[in-house]
Amino acid sequence: MALLEVDRLVVEFPGRRGTLRALDEISFSIEPGEVLGVVGESGAGKSLTGAAIIGLLEPPGRVASGQIRLEGTRIDRFTDAQMRPIRGRRIGAIFQDPLTTLDPLVSVGKQLVETMQTHLKLSDRDARARAVGWLEQVGIPAAAERVGAYPHQFSGGMRQRVVIALALCAEPKLVIADEPTTALDVSIQAQIIALLRRLTTDHGTSVMLVTHDMGVIAETADRVAVMYAGRIAEIGPVRDVVLHPSHPYTEGLMGSIPQLEHRVERLRQIDGAMPRLTAIPPGCAFNPRCGRVLERCRVDRPDLLARGTTLAACWNMVPMDDVT
Amino acid sequence: MFSFILSRILQAIPVLLAVGFISFAMFAFVGDPVTIMLGQDYTEAQRAALVSQLGLDQPFFVQYAKFVVEAVQGNFGISYRLARPVGALIAERLPATVELALTAAVLALAIGLPLGVYTGIRRNSALSRLIMVFSLLGVSLPTFLIGILLILVFAVQLGVLPSFGRGDVVQLGHWSTGFLTASGRRALVLPAITLGLFQMTLIMRLVRSEMLEVLRSDYIKFARARGLTPRAINFGHALGNTLVPVITIVGLQLGGLIAFSIVTETVFQWPGMGLLLVQSIGVADIPVMSAYLLLIAVVFVGINLCVDLLYFAVDPRLRANR
Repeated sequence: MALLEVDRLVVEFPGRRGTLRALDEISFSIEPGEVLGVVGESGAGKSLTGAAIIGLLEPPGRVASGQIRLEGTRIDRFTDAQMRPIRGRRIGAIFQDPLTTLDPLVSVGKQLVETMQTHLKLSDRDARARAVGWLEQVGIPAAAERVGAYPHQFSGGMRQRVVIALALCAEPKLVIADEPTTALDVSIQAQIIALLRRLTTDHGTSVMLVTHDMGVIAETADRVAVMYAGRIAEIGPVRDVVLHPSHPYTEGLMGSIPQLEHRVERLRQIDGAMPRLTAIPPGCAFNPRCGRVLERCRVDRPDLLARGTTLAACWNMVPMDDVT
Repeated sequence: MFSFILSRILQAIPVLLAVGFISFAMFAFVGDPVTIMLGQDYTEAQRAALVSQLGLDQPFFVQYAKFVVEAVQGNFGISYRLARPVGALIAERLPATVELALTAAVLALAIGLPLGVYTGIRRNSALSRLIMVFSLLGVSLPTFLIGILLILVFAVQLGVLPSFGRGDVVQLGHWSTGFLTASGRRALVLPAITLGLFQMTLIMRLVRSEMLEVLRSDYIKFARARGLTPRAINFGHALGNTLVPVITIVGLQLGGLIAFSIVTETVFQWPGMGLLLVQSIGVADIPVMSAYLLLIAVVFVGINLCVDLLYFAVDPRLRANR
């Protein structure tokens, strides 16, 4: 059984000028131990998907329909009190900016201890020992001395390591990492990703890795979901999606990545911009920008259609041989 | 830590000198105490004698220098109006004001802080909205009006609490306290509410808005994502971060309670320093006014020092830099 199943999930923001549909019937699943990459432009709904799964949508956002199942149990209708034992304990979260995710007034050791003691039955002494252990695991030097240190005494990269320790310390089955390296120096990004990959492999934790860095996805993820305007455009094994994109949007996304091997005068770009949630065109949301658009694309919204190991929401997929 | 306190005290010395100078300079040019003291009929010789007796014929800076030298020794001169040493006068009035301000401060904090936290956490509940509406009254009604309304209701119409004075006091050494007698405590109720109401609503609104700000922060979201209980989130993480900015303002406000209890003391004829000041201003009693302002400056310097020390206790980011 899949660890997490998201089934036709719809997230809406009711407002004065009508309801905005921020996530429109997205479906995917994550298997135990699997790393699912989620890519897309800003505003495509990547982070929102993560927030919906841990039940921390900002009001007035709400799950309007669809289901989220964790190990077969529906959690999308859970109250806050019902979600609490799940957050941290079964689904961990890593946020984008490590400079703001840690409480500046509480020592990192205490933040670890309180997280573990909330979810696991641990004596103060055991929790403290484990806190030191976690700091060691995430590569904080002199962990035993640093356990009483405060967040401002760590660098950005070190703080993200602490955040990773906090996300994993109650031993969740799934970690949602929301752009964990975006706020970090490029030189540190690879280290953090490698650390996350190593720890989740060691502990058998699944990861939902939200990012807009295709390089990170290609290196770390087992499967990847490409999101566009609140919908999933394409989802499949990383190799297939990267090397043989089926959706024209994915193809455009891959074409816009600079490559060292062959120099090009100008990077290819996708003309136009992603539509705002108030103005999503009928049919396929990508149709105004698509080079392969058909009449049908303007009226009929494509469901996820299978091609080989990949699923793509497209009526006119990129042919296999037509890939650069 | 000790060197920090010492440096703060050293820094306070120029501040106090400046305050002393300004207050002394201001009062040297307001009104003529001699005319008031002599009454309507006096000869020129009487006037000259009094002027030289008070030292008012000397140059301004000489007067100021004398004032400072005397003040450092705890001697603030003789009140023109009451012909008694100012130090003794203020020492007599100090307990009344301190007890009033302290009660008002405790009241303001003990009610304002929890209400602020409550309205911050439950910001959409009906009770929160009700509290917010009432708090508007508290911040917008002037102190004297609140005092008069309270007197009207509780002293005049219901007749349950006294409308003026301090009630019976007990002498503890040099300190006269109203806390120990029933009538003293009863007399304290209305003035303390009057004085504390504005501070209470201010603290409450301040705590509430800081709390709302903090609850939106990333580390609170992350604390939720870690599955912490609402109790741990609100009191373990949100409250502490709320207090950092609140401490500054509350500290200054509480200093203001002592300094500006003048209105309340006047309304309730409370025999404290504020009332003494008002009476002294009426007759241009310069030594009393100068000494009062200096004392208030000392109070503010002291409170600022306490605020800085509290910061160290609350915020580790400051501790690390020492």
